[in-house]
Amino acid sequence: MSAPTHRKTLRWQIARVLSVRDETPSARTFRLALPDPRPHLAGQHYVVRLTAPDGYTASRAYSIASAPSGDPEIELTVERLPDGEVSEFLHDVVEIGDELEVRGPIGGGFFAWPGDTPALLVGGGSGVVPLMAMLRHARSIGRPDLVRLVVSARTEADLYYAAELPGPETTVVLTRSGRGRLTAADLAPLVRGGEDVFVCGSPAFCDTVTDLLAAVGVPVASIRTERFGPSA
Amino acid sequence: MAITRGFTGRRARDPRLPPGQYDARDEWPVLHIESTPSLDTARWTFGIEGLVERPVSWSWDEIHALPRSRYAGDIHCVTTWSKFGMTFDGVSVDTLLDAAGPLPAATHAEILTHSGYTTNLPLADLTGGKAWVVWDADGKPLTREHGGPARLLVPHLYFWKSAKWVSGLRLLDHDEPGFWERNGYHDRGDPWSEQRYQGD
Ligand SMILES: Cc1cc2nc3c(=O)[nH]c(=O)nc-3n(C[C@H](O)[C@H](O)[C@H](O)COP(=O)(O)OP(=O)(O)OC[C@H]3O[C@@H](n4cnc5c(N)ncnc54)[C@H](O)[C@@H]3O)c2cc1C
Repeated sequence: MSAPTHRKTLRWQIARVLSVRDETPSARTFRLALPDPRPHLAGQHYVVRLTAPDGYTASRAYSIASAPSGDPEIELTVERLPDGEVSEFLHDVVEIGDELEVRGPIGGGFFAWPGDTPALLVGGGSGVVPLMAMLRHARSIGRPDLVRLVVSARTEADLYYAAELPGPETTVVLTRSGRGRLTAADLAPLVRGGEDVFVCGSPAFCDTVTDLLAAVGVPVASIRTERFGPSA
Repeated sequence: MAITRGFTGRRARDPRLPPGQYDARDEWPVLHIESTPSLDTARWTFGIEGLVERPVSWSWDEIHALPRSRYAGDIHCVTTWSKFGMTFDGVSVDTLLDAAGPLPAATHAEILTHSGYTTNLPLADLTGGKAWVVWDADGKPLTREHGGPARLLVPHLYFWKSAKWVSGLRLLDHDEPGFWERNGYHDRGDPWSEQRYQGD
């Protein structure tokens, strides 16, 4: 039997930057107005494409930080990478009122949480962005009990969404100023059995967390990982 | 094309770089979406099925007993990195297809993997010395995050076509979109024409 065939054609559209705010000293959230809004699932991403006058382009993927809401607006949170072509431009040049070419939402099914099943979310660095969309979605539909979010950050100052994050659903592990790296003991009490597990961060973070989860008995088939950036 | 205010593009363009790509130099980014499987070569197999005269399956030792073939050149990932001057060792897909005997009706292949990921290709992109099943990269066994013990290599297309942990080909008389293709990525994925998404 063949799989159902449905193809989505996504067009580029020109989004307007509505606001820019600092999340941490190295991460900034951009609120964009979309002329052609499309419903998204928590966990999906957009591609941002920059075009130079000579036609040179650079495009990068950025997860949607905001919950699916039906708004014609989305938020993206971008970490500024030293010498990063697109992230430095977004941080150093883009301001309110600018136009950015975007395409999305991309990444159906696999790394997206539909909002009706128990989920354990584990994120490091900017990997928390798609997971925050999932937490926001769970809270906005009145089902925060469905999700458990573990965030690993270097210090308090590096924590994304610091004001909004705290809650009975969330656990923060600070690796530099706190008591060290994420361990199996941090994860074991959060595993309920039967949940989908979403892991997002650098390739090294994803592999470490996958191994920890496997060690506490989480079936590897229930773990979905999304890896950002160059391999460590 | 909409010009982005203030963006000039900082990278000097190397003629080996397709549009929108950057040179990852010493990095080899890992961007697959599944958990990294751990596959035992003792139980690894690669098979060809579907529209063929004889379905064939090779064990790890059997595929290594086939004539070797090497690709030396560049690779390009849709997430915008490229790597120049890689070498990959393995066996040409032509050798594998010769053993199975594609039927005249076969026009496309579905690429199957041990992780459940799939991708699709016109048969013409897999034949004529354009595709390999490889197990060594730059002279060393492929690590598991790069698809070890063996992956498909289709270097003239974006690298999501070069399925990691490949387990076989199913020949079809029609195009059957795979995992990323059903989720908006292009059916063919030519980096030089920037075929990233459906509609490009
Ligand atoms: C599905 C997905 C979702 C993502 N979501 C997010 C998100 O929500 N937030 C987020 O911040 N990121 C996210 N990313 C990562 C993002 O797409 C970019 O990879 C990131 O912003 C870096 O892009 P850049 O252009 O700034 O850096 P690049 O220019 O691509 O460089 C990346 C790194 O490589 C180095 N580098 C680049 N070129 C060279 C060179 N020629 N020589 C030496 N070093 C070099 C740079 O110093 C930099 O550290 C996501 C990625 C994916 C795949």
